[in-house]
Amino acid sequence: MKYLEEFQNPELARRLLDDIRAAVTRPWALMEVCGGQTHTIIRHGIDQLLPEGVELIHGPGCPVCVTPLEVIDKALEIASRPEVIFCSFGDMLRVPGTGKDLFRVRSEGGDVRVVYSPLDALRIAEQNPDKQVVFFGIGFETTAPPNAMTVYQAKKRGIRNFSLLVSHVRVPPAIEAIMQSPDCRVQGFLAAGHVCSVMGTAEYPELAERFRVPIVVTGFEPLDILEGIRRTVRQLERGEHAVDNAYPRAVRDEGNPAAQAMLADVFETTDRAWRGIGTIPQSGWRLSSRYREFDAEHRFDVGDVNTCEPAACRAGEVLQGLLKPNECEAFGTVCTPRNPLGATMVSSEGACAAYYLYRRLGAPAAPAAPLEASPVA
Amino acid sequence: MPDTDTLAAPDFSNWSCPLPLRDHPRVVMGHGGGGALSAELVEHVFAPAFGGPVLAALGDSAAVTLGGVRLAFSTDSYVVRPLFFPGGSIGDLAVNGTVNDLAMSGAAAAYLSCGFILEEGVETAQVARVAQALGAAARAAGVEVATGDTKVVEAGRGDGIYLNTAGIGLIPAGVDLRPQRAEPGDVVIVSGPIGLHGVAVMSVREGLEFGVDVQSDCAPLGGLVQAMLAVTPDLHVLRDPTRGGLGASLNEIAAAAGVGVVVQERSIPVPPEVANACAILGLDPLYVANEGKLVAFVPRQHADAVLEAMRAHPYGAGAAVIGECVADHPGMVVARTALGGTRVIDLPVGEQLPRIC
Repeated sequence: MKYLEEFQNPELARRLLDDIRAAVTRPWALMEVCGGQTHTIIRHGIDQLLPEGVELIHGPGCPVCVTPLEVIDKALEIASRPEVIFCSFGDMLRVPGTGKDLFRVRSEGGDVRVVYSPLDALRIAEQNPDKQVVFFGIGFETTAPPNAMTVYQAKKRGIRNFSLLVSHVRVPPAIEAIMQSPDCRVQGFLAAGHVCSVMGTAEYPELAERFRVPIVVTGFEPLDILEGIRRTVRQLERGEHAVDNAYPRAVRDEGNPAAQAMLADVFETTDRAWRGIGTIPQSGWRLSSRYREFDAEHRFDVGDVNTCEPAACRAGEVLQGLLKPNECEAFGTVCTPRNPLGATMVSSEGACAAYYLYRRLGAPAAPAAPLEASPVA
Repeated sequence: MPDTDTLAAPDFSNWSCPLPLRDHPRVVMGHGGGGALSAELVEHVFAPAFGGPVLAALGDSAAVTLGGVRLAFSTDSYVVRPLFFPGGSIGDLAVNGTVNDLAMSGAAAAYLSCGFILEEGVETAQVARVAQALGAAARAAGVEVATGDTKVVEAGRGDGIYLNTAGIGLIPAGVDLRPQRAEPGDVVIVSGPIGLHGVAVMSVREGLEFGVDVQSDCAPLGGLVQAMLAVTPDLHVLRDPTRGGLGASLNEIAAAAGVGVVVQERSIPVPPEVANACAILGLDPLYVANEGKLVAFVPRQHADAVLEAMRAHPYGAGAAVIGECVADHPGMVVARTALGGTRVIDLPVGEQLPRIC
């Protein structure tokens, strides 16, 4: 397979870093929107290699993290019903609702299945006509088209025992909300490349202009990220704020018109709650009235669920770059990787976990050999 | 948080992210994943209930002394689906898994027991195929199946065929292989390309079939270990990185010995097919299972000779030095990335995908 090693080439990465270093004259705070980009940054240690002053703020583009508790609880209730086969992508099974998660529903006898495509769920519905098959449709503009296609197919083929529990979210309203936050420190965005491969770039010039912020469509491999940073920094240094496509091998300006047409048919925009953030106007999609019969919330009448969010932590401030993890009062005492209070302490890729592992030792990482750049900080 | 809230802007000061639940009143799949949940089950349920000093060592196999003879003793159960996969079968796994657990103590496996748990309705021919594969694997590994057991459960109460094997073997004099013996200065060697077994099984998993030419690395490692011990009996640690992959094994060793481990990511042999499959599936090759690989912690003065001996053996031909053991950051495994950054390699909390061994 091409397009992996080529975009991880250390020599080319070094050249991009040199370019960024040469361009930077003062501190800049950039936000990478997508969780996949955050993953690459931490996975390859890119944040440690950037010149001092160029700061990456991790955005809210993790669909698993922002799916509202209320929807998770509805999923748990539906999945617990004996007549239901509940299908989901695997990463949703560990996300806790009020007191339990889908793994626990399964351990209690619920039929919860991991599938790799929503069309697999439709196939299960065809094979089990005496069961209600529900697919958990979450995610950004990237995962919405296949879910739309599945509902479209269900209606076309008359598969009435299929329904979608839908909680889709959209990136542009989130960017708008972030820029309107009084604490906002973001000066430039690395926009989510795969979202733009579906939606195109037409939604962004207005945001770039209104908030005077560069928005650079960025891919997901290390060189993609560095190129996105390079172009964003170059704009900032020149006082520009344009939409720029640094991911042309996947993104055309017009996006994917067929996918957009499918989305427009099956979904309509709606206000959507983002877990841990709040409701952002018109930031989500729900099934349009034409497809209402395939809406699991409608079919199963789960309007009234009593939600109870676990104790809040200060991960939001950490993610905004307002608080260093070791400045949090819970850090290293009640909150550790074994007993995390927030997602940033859950995995080795979270800022809090990295701080916990390094800073409690008071020593830089990887003493085996000197680093070119500063250690995790 | 009700959907009807209307906020002008997100309230980042109250951001709270979902986190995995850890207090499980019922068993979840992650308890069998070889990661942190498995470790909690052993630590909080099994070890307190059994309470013996031998178990407390928590090695891949137990080292016991019986009648003045040092024996390695191990058991493992096999629930892989599908039963046959590219490069092996549940029968191969049942032999090699237990043989390799013994080999990690330095022992050559002598005898195995084998239990078949069969589901009512499974085809007898299928049972025969598994048995034949198991017999062939035992002969190849030079171990004898000395005792066995068969149970049948009602249709719907099992999944075709489950196997359990246990094995014993002699630990040679002067050999003391334990995770606790890792010490700063040790060189970390892996015996060949990682991730093959996990990717091979996933490639034929129902609902996930993808065209990739990857064979499981399922193999008995007793011969390779004997070749390494012939260089020096003073190897410190051997571990076969099965469930949880190389990442879990390195973490277990770092935690057991109270040492740090630093690996050079570029030195870790990851075949391109494994890297590509993992990129598509969103997995990290470091956490993908192996069934014919070992990771060794070797005193520095013996490292070159041990590496040479490994490369001369068919099951160690792709052996590579991947890092070293350090005194800093005890209990933690750190990787230096190809780009020159660093990252922490943590113990996986649950599992990447179910039932691969």
